[in-house]
Formats: sequence, C-alpha cells, structure tokens
Amino acid sequence: MFEYEFMQNAFLASTFIALTTGIVGVFVTARGMSFLAHTLSEIGFAGAAFAVLVGIPPLDGMLLTTILSSLSVGRLAVRPGRREASISAISSLFIGLGILFLALSSKSSSYATTILFGSIIGISRADVWQLVALAVGVLLTMTIGYRGLAFDSFDPVGAQAQGLRRNLLSIYFLLILAISVSIGAQIVGSMLVFILLTLPSAVAQYLGKTLPQMIAISVGTALVGVWLGLFLGYVTNWPVTFFIAVIECAFYLVALTIRNRRER
Amino acid sequence: MPEPILTVEHLTFGFRGRQLYHDLSFSLAAGSVTSLIGANGVGKTTLTKLIMGQLTPTAGRIIKAPQLRLGYVPQFRNIDPEYPLSLRSFVALNQMGRRLPWHSKQEKAAVTAVLKETGLLERQHQSLGMASGGEKQKAYLAQALLTRPNFLILDEATASLDVNTKTELMTLVNQLNQKHGLTVLFVTHDLDLAKSFTQQYLLLTQTGYELRSTDEMNEAAMPKELRPTQEVR
Repeated sequence: MFEYEFMQNAFLASTFIALTTGIVGVFVTARGMSFLAHTLSEIGFAGAAFAVLVGIPPLDGMLLTTILSSLSVGRLAVRPGRREASISAISSLFIGLGILFLALSSKSSSYATTILFGSIIGISRADVWQLVALAVGVLLTMTIGYRGLAFDSFDPVGAQAQGLRRNLLSIYFLLILAISVSIGAQIVGSMLVFILLTLPSAVAQYLGKTLPQMIAISVGTALVGVWLGLFLGYVTNWPVTFFIAVIECAFYLVALTIRNRRER
Repeated sequence: MPEPILTVEHLTFGFRGRQLYHDLSFSLAAGSVTSLIGANGVGKTTLTKLIMGQLTPTAGRIIKAPQLRLGYVPQFRNIDPEYPLSLRSFVALNQMGRRLPWHSKQEKAAVTAVLKETGLLERQHQSLGMASGGEKQKAYLAQALLTRPNFLILDEATASLDVNTKTELMTLVNQLNQKHGLTVLFVTHDLDLAKSFTQQYLLLTQTGYELRSTDEMNEAAMPKELRPTQEVR
C-alpha cells in the first residue's frame, strides 16, 4: 500500500498528527478543556468552508479562525459558570457560518463531507510538509513551556501559590490547541478531531501515574489508532475516520475497565 | 530575641469600601511558629497574600529580611479520586528551576529528600486522587517545601482532617521547624491546635489585633466562633 503516494502522505501526516494531539491532549484533559476542543473544531469547520469560498487552502482557513477564536473563546469562557453557555453560543454561530460559506461557494457537497469527516486522498505532499512544520513547531514550544504548563494544568492552585504567570500560560495553551485542532482535522475531519485530542489522553489518565507515562500512553494510543485506521481503511475502502473512532473508543473502554478493576 | 524575618508596620488594606486591619504592626522572629487566628472575614488569607506580595497594602509596609524565602501551602485544592498523578509526580510539579521537560539527577534527589522528610517516600507511587486526606495534605506541604523555603505559610492546612491526622501533620511541621529553623505562620480556626503546636498567636478581630504567647491564651475571651466548644466534628 505504500507504493501509492497518497498513502505515504496519509501515514506521514497522521504520524505527526497523532504525536501532537496525543501530547496536547494530555493537557486538554487535565485542564478540563475537552468541550472547548470540540468547539474549536467546529470553528475550524467554518474556517475551512470560508477558505473554500475565497479559494485559499482549507488548513490556512482553519488556522486563521481557530487561532483568532481560541483567544476570544478563552476570554469568554474564563468564568466557569458561563463557560458552557458561551461555548454553545459560539459553536452555533460558527457552524451556521460554515454552512453559509459552503452554500455560497461553488464547490460540490462532497467537499463539505471532506472537511467535516476527513479524507486521506485529498492531502498533497506540500500539505503534508506544512502540517509537519506546524506539528514540529508546536512540539518544540511545548518542550520549552512544558514545566510551567504541567504545573498549571495538573495543579492550578499550587501554580498560583508559586506565582506562575498563569494568564500567559493559558493563552499559550489555547494557541497550541488551535493549531493542533487545525492540523488534526486534515485527516480525521473537523467533526471528529476531538477524538484524537480527548480519547487517547483519557486512556492515559486512567492508566498513567506520571506525566511521561501519560504522554507515552496517549501518543501510543493515538498512533495505533491512526495507523491501524489507515490500514483498515485501505483494505476495506470504508472511511478511515470510522475506524479511528472505533479503535479509540475500544481503547477507552478497555482502559476504563482496567481502572474500575483497580479501584475495587 | 533573634532577628525578625518579617516585620509589618502600620498596615492597612482597603477593598470594596471596606477596611481591614487598623494600624496592624508586628514582627515575627526567624524560627518562630505562629498561628494566625480570627473569625471568618477578618482578613487572614488577605494578610497572607499581602505577605506574599500578591496584594499591595493601602497604607503601611511589610519588611522582609533579605534571606527570606517564602513557601505557601494553599487553603483548598480540588483533587478528585480520578486525579491521575502519583504523590511523587505531584510534588515534583513545583520543580521550575530548569526549562527542559526531563528532571536532572539533583532534581530527582531533591524530590526524594522532601518525600522522605514528610514521610511519604514509601507511598510515593500511590495516586494522589486515591490518597487519604492526611497524605494529600502532606503532599501539598512537600510540594511547597521543594523550593526549600525558610518561611512557610500554612493556610487552614488542617481544616478537613480528623484529630489524629491533624496532630500528625502539626508534629511534622514542628519537626521541620526544629530541624531547619523553618519559620511557620499557621492560619487556623482551631484554638486547640494553636495552643499545642504553636508558640505564639496573632489574633485578628474586627477592631484590632493581639500577638501573644499561646501559654497566655484565654479561650473564654476569644471571639465566639473560635471557641473549642463551637467546633463540632
């Protein structure tokens, strides 16, 4: 299957996507931001649709809207009591906009399916390099910001007591999340990118006891999911995103069972 | 009397039209163990924030000795049973000395030393979420101790613990005080603990304050809600 360039592209892209979303996901779960990750992917859908309308690459459109909105959503959602309502309002607006942009553009509805549910055929070598560069950028800044981010995500009260600059950290993390959502959506689609950001990290949270363990489990779970998903998609001709969703859910159920046994 | 490590002079702090502390002045000697007591709303936590520099006094000043290294154990943390990290990993979060994600040998040794000192070494791989209240509180303490402070503020550290665990934790704090000359400011509602485990108390009231030896404490004269009989557990 590797003789096809689109499969090479898909494997290369998914590997970097799994690395990034696996690591970023650990912090998404620790910070209780799964819901926001979901919202950002809907916002990304609007961005991609807008990109189609004006004729720029969908990834650029997604980056633009997710980065801009992650900063404003972050501000709106600061107060926990308002968080759910604010986020719902924003996602409704952006899904609506996405539908409008698609309707206004002349592209066929199959293009909408691609944006929403992902595609492994549509991704070119140039797209792959852009995606890899973004992923490497995210991973590099995370190496530098790791300790602060870890402290703030896993013990916000302690981080505050130690005088960490938590506002800066949280903006930084929202930016990283926006980029991760945008690149993840290239393979699994904006509708399901939150799978890769939340399920592998949930598995890691159930099974890992240290941060390096959690990161390893999360990245491993994400990698197995995308690789196996691509393989099964290739063999059966069914949607890759379907397989990734099923595999990640299976991992989650197994982890949950193990966790429940341990607690008994 | 040893040199003061912290001196508060004519302190006033006003917010939202209210004024806390009228001309509050006191100093704490290096190596002293002081409880900070007072009814809810007199400004105990605010005072700790002023000492830590998170708030600025409206009037007066707070003078810190040059050698002062502050550590703070916060009042409340929301650690649920699902919380994943082990005691050791939780304590190590406060290691902010380097940029790189992985810990150096010295950093690992420092975590081990602090776990040993707080009696958590044998339970270091236990998950914090499933740990007992006492273990959790010791882990909070250990995390604050990781930066090797010589002045430790404990904010209501014993509030949610049973009597035995309270005693155990305060015994540990006293040991640290004796071994390292750690200055302790212990914010509490619990007059019994203040009497047994601290040398002096700073009582804040709506109208003033007093700083006295705990031997001279007259419980009957204390504000109503602080008296031991009020504490039903």
